[in-house]
Amino acid sequence: MQQNEQWQGFKGRLWKEEVNVRDFIQNNYTPYDGDESFLAGPTEATNKLWGKLQELQKEERAKGGVLECETEVVTGLTAYGPGYIDESLKDLEQVVGLQTDKPLKRAFMPYGGIKMAEQAAANYGYEVNPKFHKIFTEYHKTHNQAVFDVYTPEMRAARHAHIITGLPDTYGRGRIVGDYRRVALYGIDYLMEEKAKDHANCGDGTMTDDVIRLREEIKDQWNALAGMKKMAEAYGYDISKPAKNAKEAVQWLYFGYLAAVKTQNGAAMSVGRVATFLDIYIKRDLDNGVITEEEAQELIDHLVMKFRMVKFARIQSYNELFSGDPTWVTCDLAGTGIDGRSMVTKTDYRFLHTLENMGPSPEPNLTVLYSKSLPENFKKYAAKISVDTSSIQYENDDVMKAVWGDDYAICCCVSATQTGKEMQFFGARANLAKTLLYAINGGIDAKTRDQVGPETRPITSEYLDYDEVIKKFDFEMEWLAGLYVNTLNAIQYMHDKYYYEAAEMALIDTDVKRTFATGIAGFSHVVDSLSAIKYAKVKPIRDESGFCVDYEIEGDFPKYGNDDDRADDIAVWLLKTFIEKIKKHHTYRNSEPTTSILTITSNVVYGKYTGNMPDGRRAGTPLAPGANPSYGAEQNGLLASLNSLAKLPYEWALDGISNTQTMNPDALGHDEDERVNNLVNVLDGYFSQGAHHLNVNVFGKEKLIDAMEHPEKPEYANFTIRVSGYAVKFIDLTHEQQMDVISRTFHDHM
Amino acid sequence: MAVKGYVNSVESFGSVDGPGVRFVFFMQGCSMRCKYCHNPETWECRGGQEMTAEEGIRQALRYKNYWGDKGGITVSGGEALLQIDFVTELFTLAKENGINTALDTSANPFTREEPFFSKFKKLMDVTDLFILDIKEMDEDRHKKLTGFTNKNILDFANFISENDKHMWIRKVLVPGVTDQEDDLIALRDFVKSLKNVDRFEVLPYHTLGLAKWKKLGIPYSLDGVNPPSKEELARANELLETASYTGHLA
Repeated sequence: MQQNEQWQGFKGRLWKEEVNVRDFIQNNYTPYDGDESFLAGPTEATNKLWGKLQELQKEERAKGGVLECETEVVTGLTAYGPGYIDESLKDLEQVVGLQTDKPLKRAFMPYGGIKMAEQAAANYGYEVNPKFHKIFTEYHKTHNQAVFDVYTPEMRAARHAHIITGLPDTYGRGRIVGDYRRVALYGIDYLMEEKAKDHANCGDGTMTDDVIRLREEIKDQWNALAGMKKMAEAYGYDISKPAKNAKEAVQWLYFGYLAAVKTQNGAAMSVGRVATFLDIYIKRDLDNGVITEEEAQELIDHLVMKFRMVKFARIQSYNELFSGDPTWVTCDLAGTGIDGRSMVTKTDYRFLHTLENMGPSPEPNLTVLYSKSLPENFKKYAAKISVDTSSIQYENDDVMKAVWGDDYAICCCVSATQTGKEMQFFGARANLAKTLLYAINGGIDAKTRDQVGPETRPITSEYLDYDEVIKKFDFEMEWLAGLYVNTLNAIQYMHDKYYYEAAEMALIDTDVKRTFATGIAGFSHVVDSLSAIKYAKVKPIRDESGFCVDYEIEGDFPKYGNDDDRADDIAVWLLKTFIEKIKKHHTYRNSEPTTSILTITSNVVYGKYTGNMPDGRRAGTPLAPGANPSYGAEQNGLLASLNSLAKLPYEWALDGISNTQTMNPDALGHDEDERVNNLVNVLDGYFSQGAHHLNVNVFGKEKLIDAMEHPEKPEYANFTIRVSGYAVKFIDLTHEQQMDVISRTFHDHM
Repeated sequence: MAVKGYVNSVESFGSVDGPGVRFVFFMQGCSMRCKYCHNPETWECRGGQEMTAEEGIRQALRYKNYWGDKGGITVSGGEALLQIDFVTELFTLAKENGINTALDTSANPFTREEPFFSKFKKLMDVTDLFILDIKEMDEDRHKKLTGFTNKNILDFANFISENDKHMWIRKVLVPGVTDQEDDLIALRDFVKSLKNVDRFEVLPYHTLGLAKWKKLGIPYSLDGVNPPSKEELARANELLETASYTGHLA
């Protein structure tokens, strides 16, 4: 058992024998069930730095969304010397480290695809040095090129028709959360020793594909750890040994994370579950009189400020999918332990409090791991922050803990992975709304009129017959599931080969578990369409070639989102059918297949490529986001809608079931106290039924319209709203997406 | 044979019509024709969805998880007392299931005449909270605004008070129509004379109902009247001393 002077006062044994942060946390954290009155406001340093950063953000917006793009330096752990928010204020920064040499400057990251990296810079008026084009086409292949080298014609056709879409073949897959806490707890040297041991123990000398690949990966991880040490040295820190106090713990942890965002531009670059961990260090320093509450808060404020600064250069089509420049620096709070204790600490409060000290912000993506059994004081404080800032999301700890244990982290918008034990192969989503249309039209795409799906006899009856539609839909889904999984297999293989996440994987166990995350788009429209066919009469309207272009609905039908089992049963059936089909197929590296009902803001783009639907949805209009009911379908208010969502078993969609709801403050209660209490009741009621996720927005439609028309008003500079799976500054959304948000259901019955 | 209720619509998330989170039944039917009514689609006595009390409770119970220790069900309208048999059955079943019950009413059908009065006493036994809307204190103004006397409405308030039942009082503030100072003072004194008023609130007139009038093709006489300003609201609250009614916080 090793002993380190930096561990003085820390209890427990197992975590000293092996890399085991969970064991350290469980042995040392102090639950807090008091209220928020202990919290401290921002320090002068925080105000100065945040003030400077806000100026830079303003400048960034004025320049069309990007302050500066790198054109000469390929990103890497040691590609740059130290960088600061402001050279003249650098002594005020309690936590240091930037992705590049300047704040908000976007790095040049060619490994995912040289074309994309060039386009991203060109989008904002920057030209990447042409020598890189030669290097990354002639001398070295990129992930994007490799994937397209192996795609089959069928995969290309499906991709072109957007029936599988948003695939991480033009951007980094992301969604891998390194256990950044390990850097603080153990120091880099010990982690390198452990990886060296793993390398020595990898395989028995028989060089199979698997062994060769893994041995190379472990070596890459070891190199990344060595690189992290060098990176920290540039800032004057030696992170080879464990952190000895709170300030170092925060800094060491951040260096681990910084290594990830310097080397990868994944769609989601989450930081994980760090609050309870950091609280152990902060509490030790507070108890020993080493720091004050003001200083403790300042550390968290400055760490969060750094998370607010993470940036990537993105291409136009990416921005259309994921609008508002999101980075999913997801940071998880609260939750409960296997032993039943609440994991809420004072530092969980401190993280939420950053939204008061520095105002609302979409990043980091603060996520409360919610359980009815969390301390009432904490639930109320979180609800108050929601009512005031609309900046946080909630996920059901009770259902996730049963699957992932008590040290999981959210790796993207809503998906859980065990910290340091697991990684995920992110796989975007399949458009099931389009698939239903393929079923009706014999596999021909309504938009392009190409034969994309397998050629089947189109439906020719005057009215759609439920059983016939289901039979054909099942057939098309079967085809799609196979094609989708295999397309993802190709993508994940090449990502491992050409754009391996060495820095993140260095902070994860070598013997890693992998999940294979598929997803569903157009969920509510399929459910409502099938319900219309079953409970009303749906007459297809055909053009002269006999192709169904529209649908006439005669009579009423139950819609998903009203707690009506007739529609909700179809929803449950759809989810189960889809995941069963996905699970039939071999998944790369024997990963565990999962699915999600989560679209992020891509519902707008997916909708563009989807024709008229039998539920009355018009061609080209946005699909409902995530697992949300369709716009205007909810007739019985918020809770009826929540009850419908709660029927979808989380176990069948382990990658997450995203739900975004907006409540008018006047409809939530008379005053702040009532609003807070009512919101807590809503969360308790929803999650106690096993529902997975809820994005909570509290504002009225008028505010959105005013913000759209007057984005220059100072009060809208940081006006943050939750969309499916993340938060954005409303004024950073495209006009199309602003309109989409405005047209959604607002629960404002008065 | 169970009594059927005519329910215009339900709201699963009512958060201002009684304490906590509530399931609200909006009943069909109202005799009054208040000029500022925001639910004119509920005036007709028939229509909407027909349901038995048992069906209603079954539907409401789907939301029990959200009610915490304060929430429950509220029957609103329309005028709920026009369907008193249904409401009594509904609330009786609710109490058997341990559900908090609130009745949001204008009290327009209230009378101490039989057979209504006995029926009402039965309903009162299974009602935890009455939410009473007092439109005007002055009889003439009340008639002008609603087409009806207010005598039985004030009598209703007294009766509830005599029977020690809990009450919220509401007053809709329409600038230039229901905001005369003498009327507000009279209302203040009247409410002061009542026992067990847990909350006294001023609801600002809003124009959200306007579209419904237009859709129904009914001429709207308050065209051009704006919602009260913050100052006007504050003045009314001060005059009525609403802040002193704090029973709802308990």
